[in-house]
Amino acid sequence: MLRLEKRPQPSQVWTYLTPLLAVVITMIMGAALFAALGKDPVAAITTIFWEPLFGEFAFYYRPQLLIKGAPLVLIAIGLSLGFRAGIWNIGAEGQYIIGALTGAGVGLAFYPMESWVIFPLMVLAGAFGGWIWAMIPAVLKLRFGTNEILVSLMLVYVAEKLLAAMALGLMKNPEGMGFPGSRNLRQYDSAHNAELITGSGMHWGVVAAMIAVIFAYILLNRHILGYHIRLTGQAPRAARFAGVRPARLVLFCLGTSGALAGLAGMFEVAGPAGQVSIDFNVGYGFTAIIVAFLGRLHPVGILLAGLLMALTYIGGELAQSNLGLPAAAIQLFQGMLLFFLLAVDVLTNYRIRLSRPEVA
Amino acid sequence: MTGDLLSVVGLTKAYPGVVANDAVSFAIREGEVHALLGENGAGKSTLVKMIYGLVTPDSGSMTLHGAPYAPAEPRAARSAGVAMVFQHFSLFDAMSVAENVALGMEEPPALRDLATRIRDVSETYGLPLDPFRTVGGLSAGERQRVEIIRCLLQDPKLLIMDEPTSVLTPQEVDILFTTLRKLTAEGVAILYISHKLEEIRALCDHATILRLGKTVGTCIPRETSARAMAEMMVGSAFAAPARADRDLGPVAIEVAGLSLTSPGQFGTALKDISFAVKEGEVLGIGGVAGNGQDELLAALSGEALAVPDAIRLKGAGIGRLGPSERRARGLLTAPEERLGHAAAPDMSLIENTVLTAAARENLMRNGFLKWGAAEAFTRKIIAAFDVRTPGPGTAARALSGGNLQKFVIGREVLQRPEVLVVNQPTWGVDAAAAAAIRQALLDLAANGAAVICISQDLDELMEISDRFCALNEGRLSDIKPAEGLSVEEIGLMMGGSHGMEVAHV
Repeated sequence: MLRLEKRPQPSQVWTYLTPLLAVVITMIMGAALFAALGKDPVAAITTIFWEPLFGEFAFYYRPQLLIKGAPLVLIAIGLSLGFRAGIWNIGAEGQYIIGALTGAGVGLAFYPMESWVIFPLMVLAGAFGGWIWAMIPAVLKLRFGTNEILVSLMLVYVAEKLLAAMALGLMKNPEGMGFPGSRNLRQYDSAHNAELITGSGMHWGVVAAMIAVIFAYILLNRHILGYHIRLTGQAPRAARFAGVRPARLVLFCLGTSGALAGLAGMFEVAGPAGQVSIDFNVGYGFTAIIVAFLGRLHPVGILLAGLLMALTYIGGELAQSNLGLPAAAIQLFQGMLLFFLLAVDVLTNYRIRLSRPEVA
Repeated sequence: MTGDLLSVVGLTKAYPGVVANDAVSFAIREGEVHALLGENGAGKSTLVKMIYGLVTPDSGSMTLHGAPYAPAEPRAARSAGVAMVFQHFSLFDAMSVAENVALGMEEPPALRDLATRIRDVSETYGLPLDPFRTVGGLSAGERQRVEIIRCLLQDPKLLIMDEPTSVLTPQEVDILFTTLRKLTAEGVAILYISHKLEEIRALCDHATILRLGKTVGTCIPRETSARAMAEMMVGSAFAAPARADRDLGPVAIEVAGLSLTSPGQFGTALKDISFAVKEGEVLGIGGVAGNGQDELLAALSGEALAVPDAIRLKGAGIGRLGPSERRARGLLTAPEERLGHAAAPDMSLIENTVLTAAARENLMRNGFLKWGAAEAFTRKIIAAFDVRTPGPGTAARALSGGNLQKFVIGREVLQRPEVLVVNQPTWGVDAAAAAAIRQALLDLAANGAAVICISQDLDELMEISDRFCALNEGRLSDIKPAEGLSVEEIGLMMGGSHGMEVAHV
């Protein structure tokens, strides 16, 4: 009989090992799934995990890794601060959209003027847009005690409507011959979030994500505010006793995660996406929730998890086109990753014992 | 008195890292009150849980009425005639007494019949209780009567009581003892768990003493001094706290007309509380649990805010300041609940040091924490208060209750408070460590700090307080000098006056 036994304190080793173990189990179960679908399991797994990095066309896919990973990491870092404190911002997708709209809006307003100040202004506007969108659930929570999970989630759909309205109305390209969507910012030098090194995938969003990782690491490990965030999540009553003001923490966590999601949206719209369009958002804000947990809400873990998630996206698309795997199978595969992560999580707090029969 | 009712031979139960019971043997005779004595962590609870079928022993055997007895679950124990009154009650506040009793029965009779039976039993054994009252409105003593009556309705042969007097006023203790004596006269045996020695000397026929999971001796309490029993429990002699004569300074903290509404439905509102404590003075605040102790501590720590002038520290109104500001001004507190309130369970001791000491002990600069300095201060606490831990990096929840308590008190005392408020400072702490904590509080007062000690342990309060008062339903009694206070006076101050009369048969 297997028996779970609570550890006196969480295991350090298993905290680091469980994400790796989850990836390995996902690979095994995924291979079984693909085999059941009649595909070569080894080929499927190598297509997802190996081809994008070291395959024939890796020169094309490796930059994609950064382009897809950067917004995930940037958003997940912000979310992780709130999640650590028990403040649940589920609406990063909405803040991401609003950040893109305000960022692009500033850029489009200056068109066709060329100046070096335009891009920094767009960055500020993007962060501000995400921040203000996140302040709505924050203020409602503090003023009326509403649930931030519901309010932030609902605001995603409001943001999507706003995006459609902008793409079809105010921000529509006047020279676009009636097609929905704004001017392409990639063709507007002052507003273009261009690659810093051609062909590397490295744009300002990647830089921002790296800075966010370092900033979050220092905040959580060295600063009293980060300590208070962790304390509030682990022992809310002890946090009040320590003198933490919960309201301040709600404003800070929701605000920061909103601003970072807004930044991610702005970098996306000015670079890889290029324009405000109806289908601009592809779910980075929701996937970032998985990334945050996959990375153990730890900044370095989130960095790795963001890259891994980006890899499964790119590899997944590759497997669809090369091997004809259904898209649903790939989504299932990604879902499995989170599922197994949560399942093996139990090992950090418990150890498994083989129990002998009870002696009377 | 005839033969043995229950005998226990070589019971052993091991948990990971600790042997809770190591070959424990003892016997209870019919109609006797048998005391199980031992410090916290000596293995008393594990032992009675095995007798009550909540825990299965690793090895050893029990016999009840000469027949082998190995209850697999509490239901089996109950049908064999073993009943237990737990230290923590399992009652539903929103239901009536009779409904609560019915919930614990296999086949409850109609509520009206049950109420009649409850009345019969309560009159027979002198436990005044109205079956139709809502439990939420009962005092701790009355709640305990519900639990006892619930047990008595099963006609038990053996009644186990886990620290029954810890929630009672002295008068309520007398009522309980009268009941227990009536029960033993009818041949019911009682296994009585406590570490209050005078109580055991007054009530019990035999005592078995446990230390570190082993039986270390038996005695007849009436013929043994409390001190001798204490030394058997601890295994060595220990020094009682010594209080130095000290001069009182000016008033350090003054509370005037402090009223706060109750935070929850069954919390206690504070009503017009006023007192003043001088530098160098120890004020003891007694009272039965749940009469506003937690709320008073929260109001003093700054977790609950009041009007500015309701609390004055060295003359300045601090009623609207939060915990951090009050700490900066020298008012430190240590709440009763260690895990989750005074300390974060999953955080290391170093991180828990930062919880209250960050600003006062200069453990941060511009908001950036100095972990090296925090670790040094943690080591200082561990050394000064003899906290048994593998190291300062250990998680708080891995420490035993007593050791964590020493850490929590040490953390506040070593920050040189000008006013220190503690709630239940020695709850769950072994006798030697409790003496050390009390000594630390007295030393603090001797050095000119004002100390407010909220506690349910009257012996403790009498030992260290200069003046004594009690909380009762959120009100503070008159404040009297502690010296020369009689038990009756204390009881009246604690307000054990309702439901005091012993019902007569």
